[in-house]
Amino acid sequence: MADTATAQRTVKFIITRRDNPEAASYTEEFEVPYRPNMNVISALMEIQRNPVKSDGSSTAPVCWESNCLEEVCGACSMVINGKPRQACSALIDRLEQPIRLEPMSTFPVVRDLVINRERMFQSLKKVKAWIPIDGTYDLGPGPRMAESKRQWAYELSKCMTCGVCLEACPNVNDRSTFIGPAPISQVRLFNAHPTGEMNAYERLEALMEDGGIEGCGNSQNCVRSCPKGIPLTTSIAAMNKDTTKHLFKKWLSL
Amino acid sequence: MKGNSYLPRKLHSLLGVIPLGLFLIEHALTNYSAFEGGQEGFMASIDFLHGMPLVFFLELFVIWLPILFHGVYGLYMAFQSDLNVGRFSYSRNWAFALQRITGVITFIFVAWHVYDTRIQLALGNTTYEELGNHMHDIVSNPAVFTIYIIAVLAATFHFANGIWAFLVSWGITIGPRAQKVSANICMGIFVIVAVLFLLSLVAFRGDEFEGAAALVAATGR
Ligand code: SF4
Ligand code: FES
Repeated sequence: MADTATAQRTVKFIITRRDNPEAASYTEEFEVPYRPNMNVISALMEIQRNPVKSDGSSTAPVCWESNCLEEVCGACSMVINGKPRQACSALIDRLEQPIRLEPMSTFPVVRDLVINRERMFQSLKKVKAWIPIDGTYDLGPGPRMAESKRQWAYELSKCMTCGVCLEACPNVNDRSTFIGPAPISQVRLFNAHPTGEMNAYERLEALMEDGGIEGCGNSQNCVRSCPKGIPLTTSIAAMNKDTTKHLFKKWLSL
Repeated sequence: MKGNSYLPRKLHSLLGVIPLGLFLIEHALTNYSAFEGGQEGFMASIDFLHGMPLVFFLELFVIWLPILFHGVYGLYMAFQSDLNVGRFSYSRNWAFALQRITGVITFIFVAWHVYDTRIQLALGNTTYEELGNHMHDIVSNPAVFTIYIIAVLAATFHFANGIWAFLVSWGITIGPRAQKVSANICMGIFVIVAVLFLLSLVAFRGDEFEGAAALVAATGR
């Protein structure tokens, strides 16, 4: 009995689609058969298998991106019922229906739910979010990091460049050059590293350029949206402090 | 550091508190003297301010230039922001949106208010002695009175929430606890300064500020 009841249940979707980056967007409605423990990705796979809309007419399968399916790669980020988050960890049972899927349109939309997160990686390059250890000779072992500090830094290193914090930020848009919260927090991470610290000023200066940390308007949506629970606003305020100090040091030529 | 927006943005934040925030408090206290001390108290406050040395340069560097920079750069910042409280109705995001909305309201109001008071003074259409009565005439109009109430609340909120943002932008309040405590303090400042302004607006509506000559004579000026 229970089985037939579940077999008849369906899940309703309203999906915002776009055929190519230049095309206008439109919505289509789908109804997929319910299975226990479904998530948004498995529902999208169902639509891919049987691309038929609620009204019975067929359509092109919906495109999306996903990879790890365990909320660590960030590829499947999309706007689900109005909030940006990962589709692979969005359980159908916990979502209100009809479920609305939209691309994170702060980023260029490639097709349907697929977006181009290139700018996230560009900003990581811009702020030099790495530890420079290459040399023409063996530099030897670097200074050690205290275990307590390593555990603290680990929290910041969980960022998967998913882009959710940029989508949530009211100051990341076409009219501003703000790089967004994620790379600012990465500066804090790499500046805390005992070797990374040696180039701290370079990263701070990158944050003091156009589109840098000054673009933050303190709406604090980022910290409430980050799926990894990264303390983004604390990172931003800490970098505000460090850039301010750096500014005065430069003025006084210390 | 090449040409960038870091410095102007920092300056914008600083000017909002010093000198503009201090000026706002001074303004609230001067006005409040109208509530507490009536015509006489208000005149005493005005005399004190007018008697300051180099009053022209003080006004120029402490009020006019900072307001111009803070206002124009602030409009540009408001233009660069989206308002997304519909999707993210968190209290801090509301404060973010309100900061921009109240900023624009305050900018427009200040332009009009300055024209109506300071510029009329400069043009000789009113005098320092008649200022109280001038204000009485302005706020006697119920529509204008309502606009003043809205504008005063907007300006005060913008100031109080601006202190909160200043503390973050300059890296003074860093962790969530510090930011929570400063948010509560700033809302306290909002309430206190707003009450000062509202009471003085009510005072200016009172009979005491009606009819210039008689009362001015009574104050012995
Ligand atoms: S900080 Fe959080 S929300 Fe932002 S990109 Fe990294 S993981 Fe995603
Ligand atoms: S597929 Fe990797 S985060 Fe969802």
